[in-house]
Amino acid sequence: MAQVIATAPRLRSGRSHRPAAVEAMLVLTFGMLMGAPAIPQPATATPPPTLQETGLYADFGTLQIDPTHLAFAPQYPLWSDGAAKRRWISLPPRTAIDASDPDSWVFPVGTRFWKEFSFNGQKVETRYLERRADGQWLYAAYSWSADGREAHLVSPRGKRGAYTLAGGRSHTIPGISDCKACHQGGRSEVLGFSTLQLSPERDPGAPNAELRPEPDIDLRSLVDKGLLAGLPKTLLDSPPRIMAASATERAALGYMHGNCGHCHNDHGSLRNIGLFLRQGVEAAGQPAIASTVGHPVKKPAPGQSRDAVLRVEPGHPERSGLMQRVSSRYAALQMPPLGTELVDDEAVALLYRWIAETQDQRQQANLAPKGE
Amino acid sequence: MPRTLPLLVTTALLVPSTVPAQDSAASAQVKRGEYLVSIAGCHDCHTPWVMGSDGPEPDLKRALSGHPQDLTITAPASVSPPWSGAMTPTSTGWSGPWGVSFSANLTPDPETGVLSDFTEQQFIQTIRTGRHQGQGRQILPPMPWPAYSKMTDDDLKAVFAYLRQIPPVKNKVPDPLPPKQ
Repeated sequence: MAQVIATAPRLRSGRSHRPAAVEAMLVLTFGMLMGAPAIPQPATATPPPTLQETGLYADFGTLQIDPTHLAFAPQYPLWSDGAAKRRWISLPPRTAIDASDPDSWVFPVGTRFWKEFSFNGQKVETRYLERRADGQWLYAAYSWSADGREAHLVSPRGKRGAYTLAGGRSHTIPGISDCKACHQGGRSEVLGFSTLQLSPERDPGAPNAELRPEPDIDLRSLVDKGLLAGLPKTLLDSPPRIMAASATERAALGYMHGNCGHCHNDHGSLRNIGLFLRQGVEAAGQPAIASTVGHPVKKPAPGQSRDAVLRVEPGHPERSGLMQRVSSRYAALQMPPLGTELVDDEAVALLYRWIAETQDQRQQANLAPKGE
Repeated sequence: MPRTLPLLVTTALLVPSTVPAQDSAASAQVKRGEYLVSIAGCHDCHTPWVMGSDGPEPDLKRALSGHPQDLTITAPASVSPPWSGAMTPTSTGWSGPWGVSFSANLTPDPETGVLSDFTEQQFIQTIRTGRHQGQGRQILPPMPWPAYSKMTDDDLKAVFAYLRQIPPVKNKVPDPLPPKQ
């Protein structure tokens, strides 16, 4: 029986009309079945109706990319259900990115990004970001026709069923509000193009590592081209890499940086959760370890087992809350909560190994003779 | 020292008038929130309904406390076409193609209130995006957040302020159930 702590003399407004709830149920059931993911935020401008008009291609007929754009590949890519991805950045002439704060680059007005998603060799969507004169970022996604000859602007609500995946699932082109849920979760709206992601000191153990485009860019080449200004010299002399106790831990922390850190960081609106998975190149200590290993689960998610009382329980990946959420695609439990329909098996294996080895390291430390 | 006297007097005169003004503004915001909660139909699902002498009515002793924890449901409803869903007599449990959803406890109970971990910004983002804390899992039907997402920031702040000061009710709402496979 629900325990009433206090009665409700101030609650005078309870009577309402039941038909409103019934109507809401019908409307939302229909909306869910028809695929209505989210209401968009107000846009600062209208994106071009076709991908061609964004300026990605020098020749759209042959799909030749404008050679002035720079292709790049972050070392810790976001898992997108196995999609092959290609990315480009374009900076306006005679401009440079301000990297004087290496944890939050500032991009010049007119900067454009593209990210193309393909499954089994078929182009499905290309996402587009453009920094407008008012400083705001314009978000858009373009859906490719089945023959790969046209790509048209997707509704701000997104598009479900864009490509059939395994297990009866399908790829969803996200709506604008879902794009912003991740991109506006930290200090910079640009993800995957940062000091750590472009460090020449790349992690050979990074999950889902992609072939580097030719030519590729990194911190050094950007500085040499005059496209990156203000980056502290120490980061060029000693390129950043994640501080970790082992190669496995480095890759695990890198994966969480690229897949979780855009929301779970110490600057965004979720900072009160106290889960800090974004790696800062200037941060002291290792907040990602401190806020996971041996750290209690704040509030169990629906579907989480009762014995998962810690986010990461050393030596026990099967009852670590983090492991259960990354391994699930039940909508109420899964992490990340959007942008993916399939479990990332490679990452799950990596995280499982990391948590298991964490116990080993502690045991070894305990077994070591005192004073060593 | 004498030069500070006028400042002290001025401050003394201003302080008493400022505090009631702030109280008044906060009170007006809460009143506005109460009004919005009443017309937006929040009680339709978040307050358990009981059978009264005039038919079903919200049980205001448990106002906005969500699906009662002692009303156990273990599986989605079985309905035949053309029906696609069902609800509990309390109007707090809803079965449909998404599985079973249970209305949340919106009271400020620190242990069981869903908003206990929400900041004002997260509450606004939740209503704007239909995602838990603005960035997490999707809120399930029949929560009509697409309509409420059109509310102004000031209105959503008023609703949040109102919900933060209603009487807390300890009631642990169960987790949603997945749809039948």
